[in-house]
Amino acid sequence: MTNLNLAVATSLNVAAPAAVQGTSTAKITARNLNFYYDGFHALKNIQMDIPEKRVTAIIGPSGCGKSTLLRIFNRIYSIYPKLEARGEVMLDGENILDPRYPLNRLRSKVGMVFQKPVPFPMSIYDNIAYGIKHYEKLNRADMDIRVEQALRQAAIWDEAKDKLKGSALGLSGGQQQRLCIARAIALRPEVILFDEPTSALDPIATGKIEQLVEELKKDFTIAIVTHNMQQAARCSDYTAFMYLGELIEFGETETMFTRPGKQQTEDYITGRFG
Amino acid sequence: MSETHEHIIKSYDAELARLLDEITRMGQLAREQLAMAAEAVEERNSDLAARVVEGDNSIDALEHDVSHDVLRLLALRQPIARDLRDVLAALRIAADIERIGDYAANVAKRAIALNQNAPMRPAASLPHLAQVANDMLRDVLDAYRRSDAEAAVEVWKRDVQLDTLYTAMFRELLTYMMEDPRNITPCTHLLFMAKNIERIGDHATNIAENVYFLVHAKPLVEERRKGDHTSTVVS
Repeated sequence: MTNLNLAVATSLNVAAPAAVQGTSTAKITARNLNFYYDGFHALKNIQMDIPEKRVTAIIGPSGCGKSTLLRIFNRIYSIYPKLEARGEVMLDGENILDPRYPLNRLRSKVGMVFQKPVPFPMSIYDNIAYGIKHYEKLNRADMDIRVEQALRQAAIWDEAKDKLKGSALGLSGGQQQRLCIARAIALRPEVILFDEPTSALDPIATGKIEQLVEELKKDFTIAIVTHNMQQAARCSDYTAFMYLGELIEFGETETMFTRPGKQQTEDYITGRFG
Repeated sequence: MSETHEHIIKSYDAELARLLDEITRMGQLAREQLAMAAEAVEERNSDLAARVVEGDNSIDALEHDVSHDVLRLLALRQPIARDLRDVLAALRIAADIERIGDYAANVAKRAIALNQNAPMRPAASLPHLAQVANDMLRDVLDAYRRSDAEAAVEVWKRDVQLDTLYTAMFRELLTYMMEDPRNITPCTHLLFMAKNIERIGDHATNIAENVYFLVHAKPLVEERRKGDHTSTVVS
């Protein structure tokens, strides 16, 4: 695991957030990260640390590369041809971009929740159990426990416990999203990536997800891509601002939203361009 | 911040500009009130003084407008960063100007009482005191309008001049009171009037601090502590 203080010091264009220094280690460290979509340079020399057991928000206008960056963290891009990542993304000191890093292991360590909740067309119970079965052989009783744990941790147990055998598609959008979070948690990952997790949800469901994110950071490292500035301000500890494939500024959320260091960040968060 | 760009939503800029205009108008009114109060003292014009007392209501009304607009901006726009400081500064500066208006009205009220007595020489110093305060107010409001933190700091430093003038007047008034107990009533009025003007200077420095915070996002006091080494001077 890289010491964040040292890691940030090597970064060229991004200031080290004072509070991170010495208080948290970096779970994920991107160094000289470049990404190309069929020749298009989508991420430009990104240096970034995702602190462990903290929430890091990634903000920026559409097309700035924030989702691309998030998707590199679990190498989801590798299923598409003509996509290429160069540089290093270290997860606990190991480079996940290295083709020798087993994808199965990466996916078990880094879970992902998407913008639109996509439950499998099966029961609530099986939605959770399905992923676990790929990694572990559990007997029925142990599986029951794991499913319950995941549903509880994702704050959906009370709503789901009486209809575990019912179809997951019968849940509301907000419930489906929490089910998807439970599905990710069930694999006991270390990092959870959220890509616009509430953009399809109403404010109540959004509030529940944000509350959940706050609770989950006790156990998981969280990175969340959001277009909702207030959401980044509300539920993250650190915020990264990206623009045109570059990481413009990274810092403590409070600083980023009260006195950002760069004019571009200020202009973006106050709604002056983007 | 080197330059401020326009918001994508134009009406947001219009609302912030309106706030700035309201504060400017309040500041102008307060300055006129103070100047008229000083004139009322100088000319021993009780009618003018009465108009000043009456005129305080319009400053209060403007402060209500500012509070209303601030509340609306906070609720509907959720300002952050520089925008949030803009809105907070407007609220704070409006409160300072409202107090300045109160002090000017109080000077005018006492001018009416003072005119019941024979003219007193120390009264002649008061308009000068008021002029110094008025200039501070003019310059700090100008600094606010231009978001000029350096100009605000200049005004902030000038408060010491006003304090010195006030202290001198305080001593002068004491001398008059000691000379003849019949001077005590008019001198006490004058003392309160001078104190009111000295307080106007304090509010001008408050505004200067708010301008500094608005621009730099950190308090002026912090800077001063860093730059001020007089506490370690031994000779």
